[in-house]
Amino acid sequence: MTDTSLSPGTAPPAAPPTEVARVIAGGKKLTTVYVYEAPVRLWHWVNALSILVLCVTGYFIGSPFPTLSGEASAHYLMGTIRFVHFAAGYILAVGFLGRIIWAFFGNKYSRELFTFPFWRKSFWKGFFTEVQWYAFLKPRPLKFVGHNPLAQVFLFFVMVLGLAFMILTGFALYSEGTGLGSWQAKLFGWVIPLLGGSMQVHTLHHLGMWVIIVFIIIHVYSVIREDIMSRQSMVSAITNGHRTFRDDDPD
Amino acid sequence: MALETFYEVMRRQGITRRSFLKYCSLTAAALGLGPEFAPQIAMAMETKPRTPVLWLHGLECTCCSESFIRSAHPLVKDVVLSMISLDYDDTLMASAGHQAEAILDEVMTKYKGNYILAVEGNPPLNEDGMYCIIGGKPFVDQLKKVAKDAKAIISWGSCASYGCVQAARPNPTRATPVHEVIFDKPIIKVPGCPPIAEVMTGVITYMLTFDQLPALDRQGRPLMFYSQRIHDKCYRRPHFDAGQYVESFDDEGARKGYCLYKVGCKGPTTYNACSTVRWNDGVSFPIQAGHGCIGCSEDGFWDKGSWYARLADLKGSGFGVEANADQVGLIAAGAVGAGVAAHAAISALKRAQHKNTDGAQKTEGGEK
Repeated sequence: MTDTSLSPGTAPPAAPPTEVARVIAGGKKLTTVYVYEAPVRLWHWVNALSILVLCVTGYFIGSPFPTLSGEASAHYLMGTIRFVHFAAGYILAVGFLGRIIWAFFGNKYSRELFTFPFWRKSFWKGFFTEVQWYAFLKPRPLKFVGHNPLAQVFLFFVMVLGLAFMILTGFALYSEGTGLGSWQAKLFGWVIPLLGGSMQVHTLHHLGMWVIIVFIIIHVYSVIREDIMSRQSMVSAITNGHRTFRDDDPD
Repeated sequence: MALETFYEVMRRQGITRRSFLKYCSLTAAALGLGPEFAPQIAMAMETKPRTPVLWLHGLECTCCSESFIRSAHPLVKDVVLSMISLDYDDTLMASAGHQAEAILDEVMTKYKGNYILAVEGNPPLNEDGMYCIIGGKPFVDQLKKVAKDAKAIISWGSCASYGCVQAARPNPTRATPVHEVIFDKPIIKVPGCPPIAEVMTGVITYMLTFDQLPALDRQGRPLMFYSQRIHDKCYRRPHFDAGQYVESFDDEGARKGYCLYKVGCKGPTTYNACSTVRWNDGVSFPIQAGHGCIGCSEDGFWDKGSWYARLADLKGSGFGVEANADQVGLIAAGAVGAGVAAHAAISALKRAQHKNTDGAQKTEGGEK
């Protein structure tokens, strides 16, 4: 299953400590692993772009531009902003669904986003090692083919649960405009009374945006930092799919 | 107390058959029904005995009653006020004291399971309900007693539906909406502070003529009046879409009747019929008068911060801070941004330090 481009025919030895070590133990020099398949990469960038558009338009729906003068029929500013927001919302939601579906067909790294291995001991060990690495308590981080455990937790809570929350509340709010009987209202209308009314859902959706903005700040920073300081590539990995390692040490 | 039909009462009051039929088609239109329903309404009114309505008052301000008796549609008003058998309403009825309470018991036994209970206001539950005493007993006891044999319950106004201002934090009397006290009866919520008169009479007329509850939404409100937001049918909506807003109440936009979104209009989050039915015989409604909607028919409107801000302060959302989502978000993003910058600086220093110490033993090949 593991697509290690330099070891096509080697049968892996029985459960070595890490897969990086496994390939090294096979006497091969590990340089790149194909981690992010094309659909995953496509989703990442489409998702990133729609989030950017959604944050900007969403902010201006909550706090509109200064008033325009002249005939109302001469403008459609808020209408356009809302249209762009809804269109980007649809793209994000379809992308999210597609990403879930791909998790069933893609390689094992495509499932990492949705799994939160709460009960796996090695996961928590890796998690705390990463925390120490970020707290400058460890001079050198571990190697990871997929996401590091800290990133995985972060992604799981914000990009899976968080995005799901934004999609649910977003479509619920959208259904207020499409009206009762619309499929949006049938599928998502229950969210509004559940969360305590329309105003409340607006507020929570708005807060969700700030959670995502905070996520973006941390995500972009840590990716660039990891790209420079960690033992594997980051930015190029999500662009061409291949993760490159900087050293051949087993662990 | 042999009950006449609606039609008999109307004729007795000097209403012609022609007016009666007109009323039936008007009611059909008001309820959003097709023209084929007018004869059905006429039929029901000619044949059905009137259903007794018992109207209880708990913790409330009587604004619902005030609204109700001002129902502008003359025929609707006549029908509902003089023709429903409003057998008990301690605010409106002539009798008082033991006499009044006796009527309540009489109707309850005589029409067991067949009367409609209309509740205005809500019961306070703290101190065993002692904050609201009716006829020497806590209101909550009266409510439970009368609800037991009722066919259905109408929760008039935001008090009965959601709690309203007497339930505002910290809710010292523990004022509780009807649906959190009575669980075994169908409850129709007609929220608003007060609800629109025509909405109230419309709901009652529907129930009496069709002998069934109107279609309700997920929160138990009649769909025919609460399925759309004020915003969806607001006559200022074109200004919203255009991006033309009142920035402050004395500016040019306010004079020109622009959208009140930026001065906190709750129209986009409020389900009610104000922008279509309007008030006082369709004369006006708050937005038409130049003030934003305060969302009085929405659950919790009394606790969600300023009437004049679109972004609710988070105290009302259970976060306990008097700041809106943008203020909290900006502070969080700023703090995280500063944290990231500091982290980046330390990382750079550490890296430079490592380069110096490791430089000797590390080969260039390891770095790739």
